[in-house]
Amino acid sequence: MKERTGKQKLMYRYASPTQFLVLLRRVLPWCTGVTVVLFALGLYGALLAAPPDYRQGEMVRIMYVHVPAAWMAMLIYTVIALASATALIWRHPLADLAGMTAAPIGACFTFLAMITGSLWGKPMWGAWWVWDARLTSVFLLFLLYLGYIGIWRVIEHPGRAARVAAIMGLVGFINVPVIKFSVSWWNSLHQPASVLRIGGPAIAPSMLWPLVIMGLAYFTLYITLHLIAMHTGIVNRRIRMLELRKIGE
Amino acid sequence: MFTAIIARDIRLILRQGGGAGMSLGFVLTVIVMIPLGIGPDHEVLSQIAPGIMWIALLLSVLLSADRIFRADYEDGSLELMGLGVLPLELVVLAKAVVHWLTSALPLSLTTPLFGIFLNLDPSLFSTLGLAMITGSATLSLMGCVGGAVTLGLRRGGLVISILILPLYVPILVFGLSASVGSMGADHVFNTSFLMLIAFALASVVLCPVAAAGILRAHFR
Repeated sequence: MKERTGKQKLMYRYASPTQFLVLLRRVLPWCTGVTVVLFALGLYGALLAAPPDYRQGEMVRIMYVHVPAAWMAMLIYTVIALASATALIWRHPLADLAGMTAAPIGACFTFLAMITGSLWGKPMWGAWWVWDARLTSVFLLFLLYLGYIGIWRVIEHPGRAARVAAIMGLVGFINVPVIKFSVSWWNSLHQPASVLRIGGPAIAPSMLWPLVIMGLAYFTLYITLHLIAMHTGIVNRRIRMLELRKIGE
Repeated sequence: MFTAIIARDIRLILRQGGGAGMSLGFVLTVIVMIPLGIGPDHEVLSQIAPGIMWIALLLSVLLSADRIFRADYEDGSLELMGLGVLPLELVVLAKAVVHWLTSALPLSLTTPLFGIFLNLDPSLFSTLGLAMITGSATLSLMGCVGGAVTLGLRRGGLVISILILPLYVPILVFGLSASVGSMGADHVFNTSFLMLIAFALASVVLCPVAAAGILRAHFR
C-alpha cells in the first residue's frame, strides 16, 4: 500500500502543468547539450571514422542516418500508444498533450526514414522505391501518423479530440503488428524479382559503434524536441485560457 | 432491443432508398472506369480484376461508413439509445450488423458477377464471393469506428479515408490472397480464409468497444 502511494505520488507530482514547466526548464538545457555532443560524436564516427563497406562503398554511410530514423519512427508510435493508455486509464492531464505533440515529430522521423531509404535504395537497388515488406509497412505507419494528427486537427473541441485521438492511437497500435504481418505475407506471395538484402552477415564493430551513438543521438534529439513541443503546448493552452477569460470580462 | 434496432434501421434504409443501390452503382462505376484507364487488354484485365474488385469494395464500404451513426446522432436518438438498457457497445454492434447487411453483404454477393466486365476467371467467382462476405464483416465493424470519429465533422469523408484505409490493409491482403490463392494452391486459400475469419471475430469484440468509447466522447 505504501509503495503504491509512493508510485502515485511520483506520477502525479508533475501532473500539474506548472510543476512540469519548472522541471522542463531545468532539464531542457541538459537534453540539448547531450544531443549536440552525441551528434558531434556520432557524425564523426559515421562520416569519418567508420570504414566504407567493401560492397556498398561510401554509400553505406546513409545507414547511420537512416536506421536510427526508422527506430525512432517505431519508438514514437509506441510512446503515443502509452500516452493514449495513460490518458484513458488514469486521466493524467499531460498524457493527451504528450500524445498530441509526439505525433508530428514521429511523422517527421518516419518521413526522414523513407527519404533516406529512398536515397539509399536508388544506387543499391536501382529504384527509388521498392514495394518491399519493410518499406511498405513503414509507409503505412506514416499514414497512421497522418490519421492520428488529422484527428487533432479536425475535431474542434479539445477535450473531445483528446478522447478520440487516445482511442484511435490504441486502435492503431494494436493494428501495427497485424499490418506488419499481413504485409510480409503479401510480399512473400508475389515477391518482386529480387531485392538485395542489406545486412547479410553480422555488422562489424567498427560500424556498430557509430550506429549505436547515432541511435542515442536521435533518441535524445527526439526527447528534446518532444519536451520543447510539450512546453509550447502548455503555453498555448494558457494563452487560450487567458484569451477566453478576456472575452468573459 | 438489439433486434429491434436492427429491424428499425433496416426498415429505415429500405424505405429511404439509396442505401445498397447507391453502393452497387458506385462499384459498377469504378469497374467501368478501370478498362478506360488501363486499356481493354483482356490479359491485363483478368490479372488485375480481383484486386480491383477488392479495392472497389473497400472504397464503397468506406464511403457509406460515415453515414452509420450520422442521422441518429444529429436528431439525438443515438444518445437516447446509449441511455437505454442496452449497452452502447451492443447498439454499435447492431449498427454494424445493419451496415453489413445493407451495404457490404449485397456488394459481396454481386461484385464477383461484375467481374465479367473485367474478364475475371469464372472459377474465382465462388472464392472471391466467400472471401468478400467474410472480409466485409471486418470492414463494416472498422467502418463503425471511423464513422464514430467523423461525427459532427465537416470534412469527415477525407479524414475517415486516411484513418481507416491503413487499417483495412490486412483485409485487403488476406482477402486477395484467399481470392486468387485458389488458382494455385488450396492451402493458401484455407490459411487466408481462416485469417479473414479470425479478423472478423477479433473485430466483433474490439471494434464496438472502441466505437462506443468514441461515441461517448462525442456525447460529453
